[in-house]
Amino acid sequence: IMFTTQVYGDNGKMKEYHYTGPVEHRFSPYSFNGGTVLAVAGEDFAIVASDTRLSEGYSIHSRDSPKCYKLTNTTVIGCSGFHGDCLTLTKIIDARLKMYKHSNNKSMTSGAIAAMLSTILYGRRFFPYYVYNIIGGLDEEGKGAVYSFDPVGSYQRDTYKAGGSASAMLQPLLDNQIGYKNMEGVQHLPLNQEKAVQLVKDVFISAAERDVYTGDALRICIVTKEGIKEETVPLRKD
Amino acid sequence: MALQDVSGFQDTPMSHRWNTPASLSGDGGVPLHFFIPTPQSSVPFRCDNRHTSLSSLSTSSSLPTRRPFPLSHGTTTLAFVFQGGVIAAADTRASCSGLVACPTAQKILPIHSHLLVTTSGSGADCMLWERILAREIRLYQLRHGRRLSITGSAKLLSHMLTRHAVTDMDLTRSPVSDRCGPKLFYVCSDGTRLQGELFSVGSGSPYAYGVLDGEVRWSLNEEEAISLAREAVYRATHRDAYSGNCVDLFHITAQGYCRRDREDLREEYHRERERVLKRGKERGKKEKLIHV
Repeated sequence: IMFTTQVYGDNGKMKEYHYTGPVEHRFSPYSFNGGTVLAVAGEDFAIVASDTRLSEGYSIHSRDSPKCYKLTNTTVIGCSGFHGDCLTLTKIIDARLKMYKHSNNKSMTSGAIAAMLSTILYGRRFFPYYVYNIIGGLDEEGKGAVYSFDPVGSYQRDTYKAGGSASAMLQPLLDNQIGYKNMEGVQHLPLNQEKAVQLVKDVFISAAERDVYTGDALRICIVTKEGIKEETVPLRKD
Repeated sequence: MALQDVSGFQDTPMSHRWNTPASLSGDGGVPLHFFIPTPQSSVPFRCDNRHTSLSSLSTSSSLPTRRPFPLSHGTTTLAFVFQGGVIAAADTRASCSGLVACPTAQKILPIHSHLLVTTSGSGADCMLWERILAREIRLYQLRHGRRLSITGSAKLLSHMLTRHAVTDMDLTRSPVSDRCGPKLFYVCSDGTRLQGELFSVGSGSPYAYGVLDGEVRWSLNEEEAISLAREAVYRATHRDAYSGNCVDLFHITAQGYCRRDREDLREEYHRERERVLKRGKERGKKEKLIHV
């Protein structure tokens, strides 16, 4: 079974310079607003980080539009892709969380939120939410958990995941530094919180160098049992 | 479980997991363990790429919105029947048009102790339909007091898939040990349902078929069958760009399925190189290794 990909044109990009034939313009319900999200799970903490640039085509709409949203005291979600769908999706998740809290008298756990999000996304299987989600938080035992999703709801639990426009650049770096992949004879040290935060900062600085849609500032949310701490670090603005 | 109480179904909880019946009338007393999918063991995952937004929306209402992101399915999965039951094997690479979205996906999902599904196609669809199938089989079991036969569950799945017209999905179901012995079905989202003794699905399937067609026979013993399955997946991952990483092997017998540890095919590659070098030395001339 071969894959089915087709190359889609892009509304935001300029036309090729030498193209002189007819061009059909149609309304597209989707748009790509850029942004990168990253989540790392540690022994007793989880980190969700995102850049804060909101772009479309060649323009930057905002330099202060973070993509991490706090859901509960122990869970943060990062959404990148089409900003309109990100906003609606987070509204829907918030509403569902409230409903759950009112009927079950407790907050949803990270695993439960992940399962619920999967069904919400699949509910729109044939007109999907164009959002790449990554949930970071603490599970019932207090260990860090990261759940990564595709736009139609397929998900799994990971230790680390990058999503969004620079994900293809960041994921191999994380594989090497956190997963110790493709390194022989190296001692596997467990990841502590300070090292993880420093790694996230370094990784985003690198992403901002090479990805045009990533930059401006970095928002880091660190989830521990004490609560959620936020940190903002400036990135390249060009 | 309300339906369970109402139906008077004899069910003794065997483990901390959800109710597993101790025995079912007329089924030889083999316990049936249901597998509840946990987030750790999910299927291939699609698409982490950055995308460009789509440029056209069809005006006719019958065509769906074109997605701006590709959902792809390159994979190698295979299953065959032999005297010791059924072997199912798959690679673990989940790719999405050139990017490896997940190098540790699980493409073989157990539904219950005697039924496995190997999946290929869009990850979200496979995950969902597999859950739906598990639910339907469990409901059948509660309503009728006996386990749904393998042929029946293949039929159920293929009818559900066609009715909902899900695109791009292929499932090989490797169940065993009905009253009638091991069975293997290939179910596709376009409605195909075939019973057979050897199937391989995915972009790497031609390479796997090449290895399997030469060697599979009924009289294989367990060791040979497992190493044959591993070899077939290894060859497919070597030649097919969209398959790779590790191999998952499952062996199903009348007692249920047993899962071997996931093996990284990099080790197999190194073993192969040593074998080739050794053969070259034995022949007394330098072996030139050509990698295509």
